Amino acid sequence: MAEAAVAGNGAEAKMRVWRGDASGGEFRDYTVPLQEGMVVLDVIHAIQAMHAGDLAVRWNCKAGKCGSCSAEVNGKPRLMCMTRMNTFEPGETITVAPIKTFPLIRDLVTDVSYNYEKAKTIPPFKPKPKEADGTRRMYQEDIDRVQEFHKCIECYLCQDVCHVIRDHDDNKPSFAGPRFFVRVASLEMHPLDTDDRLEFLRNEAGLGFCNITKCCTEVCPEHIKITDNSIIPMKERVVTRFYDPIARLLGALGGKKS
Amino acid sequence: MSTLAIDKRTLRQDTWWLEPMLVVLGLGAFAVYSTWAALQNGNYYAAPYLSPFYSPCLAINCEHVSVPLFGSWYNWSPAILILWIPGGFRLTCYYYRKAYYRSFFWSPPACAVRDAASGYSGETRFPFILQNIHRYFFWASLPILAFLWWDAIIAFNFGGSFGIGLGTLVLIANAALLSLYSFSCHSCRHLCGGGLNSFKTAPGRYKAWGIITKLNEKHMQIAWTSLVWVGLTDVYVRLLAHGVIQDLRFI
Ligand code: SF4
Ligand code: SF4
Ligand code: FES
Ligand code: FES
Repeated sequence: MAEAAVAGNGAEAKMRVWRGDASGGEFRDYTVPLQEGMVVLDVIHAIQAMHAGDLAVRWNCKAGKCGSCSAEVNGKPRLMCMTRMNTFEPGETITVAPIKTFPLIRDLVTDVSYNYEKAKTIPPFKPKPKEADGTRRMYQEDIDRVQEFHKCIECYLCQDVCHVIRDHDDNKPSFAGPRFFVRVASLEMHPLDTDDRLEFLRNEAGLGFCNITKCCTEVCPEHIKITDNSIIPMKERVVTRFYDPIARLLGALGGKKS
Repeated sequence: MSTLAIDKRTLRQDTWWLEPMLVVLGLGAFAVYSTWAALQNGNYYAAPYLSPFYSPCLAINCEHVSVPLFGSWYNWSPAILILWIPGGFRLTCYYYRKAYYRSFFWSPPACAVRDAASGYSGETRFPFILQNIHRYFFWASLPILAFLWWDAIIAFNFGGSFGIGLGTLVLIANAALLSLYSFSCHSCRHLCGGGLNSFKTAPGRYKAWGIITKLNEKHMQIAWTSLVWVGLTDVYVRLLAHGVIQDLRFI
């Protein structure tokens, strides 16, 4: 009843959705009835139901937690399930495109395996030996800082928006991307970890390619301060190791391995 | 398989170009004014106020000598002796890097808007690899701050008697804002405690890191406020020195 009433209002969503694959395609216009509380993903589902049963879209939770429904809505990398229709002007045509940085499979679905390959290159957690009583202890103040990084849902919106690979495909082999700088930071700052990933960060992961222009931070749906809290602190550690002879000297004098 | 091929620079429809344009205007205006002011070699002192562009004044020929390091042979503008420190500090600052990479280099101009250049190596090569010396500029900024505070203190001394003028307040605010700028620096945050993996064993540095972190969240705002203020401070002293305006005296 209520639905019919709203639909009877005549409110409509005008959508322009990418249809096609890597060999070619076009933006196609669709109009569906707009209902109270809809998000972009709902509208995509309505298009599937009413006009285009073969429209390909990846989604899972509809709650902003699985990280599957990444797309570019009016040119901005977003989660479709967390983008409410009432944030747009009534009557505005809304463009939905697949994320640009990764190879297009079909319609709104891309192949994000670049990210899985990069994940494999990261040296894993290597914990300290247990204490005499058979446990490992961590303290709240040490855990607070890395907690933020564990909120990542691997939506790869940050990877998508990062101009290092978005606009320069040739950098892909030498750059891990912001999501993995977050990952490395969570390991490097971990109070129990004993591995050292600074050389990895500088060389294989290509931390130096990042020019801290902060688009990754702007798009992160989990509001992780990627640039300020992981990338810049990692850049500073790389500076201490590779570019700051005085810090190294003081470290050596203090008997610490820097 | 290739990625989505669209000829447009971006699918964004909002005014993404506004922010880079404002930054170009703001930083451009400051660069032009500060270069002009630094080359004036005059009208930078109106007793008891010294313009921050000329502080510390290191030459014998200064209108107001802070430390006479350079003899009378030196008769270029004394601002040149010192401005490379705050200049280099800001040029290598993580915030300003973001600002000018976006606005001046279009690398990228805004998020999800294509880079202007087709090739890109970021900060991995010369000259941008030099950004890694930022923390040395942080250290160098500290003695400059000490001088700016000293200038603010002697701004209470009107020919031997205590007083407060508008200029006194302007110089205090200037020293305070520039201090906030230095202490909200990302390198400072790292040096204070960010480089540690365990805060538990270093409670003092943990505390310092916590305070710097709070300031650091406002680094961009502080960067702009202190930039505008230091420029206006020079303008104020310069107008006094020229006799265009009179200092407002409270005491
Ligand atoms: S801040 Fe660095 S990692 Fe993040 S989007 Fe920009 S260049 Fe990429
Ligand atoms: S860091 Fe944020 S934007 Fe990047 S993958 Fe994780 S949740 Fe997504
Ligand atoms: S569907 Fe799970 S994040 Fe959108
Ligand atoms: S002064 Fe801006 S980061 Fe250091």
